[in-house]
Amino acid sequence: MTTTGRSSSRVGLAHAAKDTWVITRRNLLRNVRLPQLLIFATVQPVMFLLLFNYVFGGAIGTSIPAAAGGKYLNWLVPGLLIQVAAFGAGQTALGLTEDLSKGVIERFRSLPMARSAVLAGRTLSDLVRNGFVITLMMAVGYLIGFRWQTSFVGLVAGMLVAMVFAYALSWVMAAIGLAVKNPEAAQSAVFLPVFPMVFASSVFVPVETMPSWLAAFAENQPITVTVNALRGLMLGGDALPPGDSVAGTVLLSLAWSAGILAVFAPLAVRMYRRAVS
Amino acid sequence: MNPIVRAVDVVKTFGEVKALDGVTLEFEPGIIYGLLGPNGAGKTTLIRVLTTLLKPDSGEAWVAGVDAVHHAAEARTHLGLAGQFAAVDDYQTGRENVVMVARLYDLGAREAARRADEVLEAIHLTDAADRPVRTYSGGMRRRLDLAASMVGRPEVLFLDEPTTGIDPRSRIDIWDLIRDLVAGGTTILLTTQYLDEADQLAARIGVIDQGRLIGEGTPEELKDRLGGAFLEMAIDEADRPRGMEILGALEGEEPVFEPATKRISVPAQRGSGTLVQAVRRLDEAGVTFEDVTLRKPTLDDVFLSLTGRAAEEETAAAGADGGGRRRGRRSR
Repeated sequence: MTTTGRSSSRVGLAHAAKDTWVITRRNLLRNVRLPQLLIFATVQPVMFLLLFNYVFGGAIGTSIPAAAGGKYLNWLVPGLLIQVAAFGAGQTALGLTEDLSKGVIERFRSLPMARSAVLAGRTLSDLVRNGFVITLMMAVGYLIGFRWQTSFVGLVAGMLVAMVFAYALSWVMAAIGLAVKNPEAAQSAVFLPVFPMVFASSVFVPVETMPSWLAAFAENQPITVTVNALRGLMLGGDALPPGDSVAGTVLLSLAWSAGILAVFAPLAVRMYRRAVS
Repeated sequence: MNPIVRAVDVVKTFGEVKALDGVTLEFEPGIIYGLLGPNGAGKTTLIRVLTTLLKPDSGEAWVAGVDAVHHAAEARTHLGLAGQFAAVDDYQTGRENVVMVARLYDLGAREAARRADEVLEAIHLTDAADRPVRTYSGGMRRRLDLAASMVGRPEVLFLDEPTTGIDPRSRIDIWDLIRDLVAGGTTILLTTQYLDEADQLAARIGVIDQGRLIGEGTPEELKDRLGGAFLEMAIDEADRPRGMEILGALEGEEPVFEPATKRISVPAQRGSGTLVQAVRRLDEAGVTFEDVTLRKPTLDDVFLSLTGRAAEEETAAAGADGGGRRRGRRSR
C-alpha cells in the first residue's frame, strides 16, 4: 500500500513553515494573476490621500501641531497609513470567507498539513499586500509634498510599526471572517468596527477638538496610539500630545499589537479548527 | 482482510436534526463502496466524520486502521477528499492547483511536480494543465479536483457526489477515472443520489436514509432480495385503474405507478410466463396498453422496497435529471 511519506509524528516547525509558505504563495499569486484586485485596493487609499489633503487640508491645517511643518499633508500621511492598514486587514476576512464558501478550506482541513498554516499563510500574504500599499502611499505622499521631519530611519521605523499593527488587525479580521463565514456578510462585518475606530481617532484630526466623552475614547484607543507613534517617529516628539514621549508611544503601540495578537490569534485558530461551512 | 474503512454506531446531531443516527458500516480495501441515499440522508455528514472534518457526538470512525476521531492528523495522511464543490483556485493553472496540494501532502517540489504530471495525465487534463482554471468547464474542474484529491496517493479516497451537476459526457469520463483508480489499488468511498451510478461503479452499496443505514450488499444481492423480474408498461389513464387491478392480481403484488414516466411496474416472478399472462388478461378485459417490457429489478426498486417510497420523492428538486433517471434505467 502506498503512503504519502509523512509520518504522523512529524509536526515540526519546518513542516509548518513550509505549509505556511505554500499557502502564502498561493494567496499572493491571486494578487498577481488578478491585478484588478490590487489596483482597486490601492486606488481607494490614494484617492483618500488626495481628497483629504486637497479638500480638508486648508480648513484643518490651522489647528494641527507646529511639528507638522505647517502642512496638513505631513500630519495626514502617518494617519492614513494606519487607516490603510485597518481597511487592508479586512481583506483577511474576505479572503478567508471566500475560501470557506468555495470549499477550499474543507480541502485544506482534510490534508495532512499544519493546522496553523492556512491562517498564518493568509495573514502573511495580507501583510505583504499591506506593505505594498503602505509603501505606495508613502511614495504618492512624497510626490505631492509629504516630507518627514526626523530621519529616514524614523520614517522606516514608522512604516514597520504600521505593518506590525496591520498584522495584528489581520488576526482580528480572521476571527470575524470565520465567525460570519460568508463573503457578503464579511464585507459589512469588517467595516462595522473599522469605520468608527478610524474616524474616532487622531487619523484625520487632533482629538482635542472632539467632545470630551469622545476624546477620552479616541485618545486611548489603539489606532490613535499607533498613529501617534508614527507621527512621533516621522515628525518628532512635538507632534505628540503634551507629556507623551516618542519611545513611550511606540512601545504602547507595539504592546497593543502584541495584546491583540495574543487574544485573536489563538481565538482564530480555534475557530478555524471548528469551521464548518 | 481487515476493513480499511469502519464506522461504528456513529451519531451526529445538528441542533434538533439527527444527521447520523447510529451508522455502522465497514468494507475491505480495493473496492468502490457506494453510499446511496437521497439529499439530506446523511451521506455528506458521514464523509465529513470519516475525513476528520467533523467530530461525531458518539461512535467510532477508522480509516486505514487509524482512529479518525482521536488521531485525526495521522488519519489525514491516509485519505483524500473531493467534496461536493470543486475546491480549485480559478486564478491558478490546473497544474499549479495540483502541485500545491501535493506540496501540502509534504512532497518535495520536484516530486510534487512529477506526481502532478502523472495525475494530470491520468485524468486527461495534460493539454489544459497550464491554462488558468477559470477557463475550464464544469466537468474539467471536477476532474481537476479529483486529480488534486489523488495526488498524495491516499489509500482511501472519499468522493462526495462526484458527478452531481455534471454533463452526461463528463459523467462517463469520471466513471472511467474512478474505475481506473480502483484498478490501480485505491479504495474509494463515493456517495451518490444516482441509483444507476452506484449500480455501475460500486462493488458494495450501503443505502442510507434519515441518518441510518437501511440496507447493504452488492448490487446483485440487493436486487436479488426482490426476486425475479419486473413487468413494465404504459396504460391509458381511462383504463389505468382496471389495468392496475388486473396486474395486481397476477402474483398478488401491488403495482407501482410512476407519474413522471406514466409507466406501471409490477414484480413478475415467473418472467415471460407472467408477461404472457398479463398481456392475455389485459387484452381480454379490453384494456389498452403499450410499450410492454420485462426487466431485471433496479436499485430504484431496491430503494422503494427498503424505504417504502421512491428515491425521487426527495431528490427531484436536487437533480435536474430527477425524472429522467427512471426513464433512462438500464436493464441488465
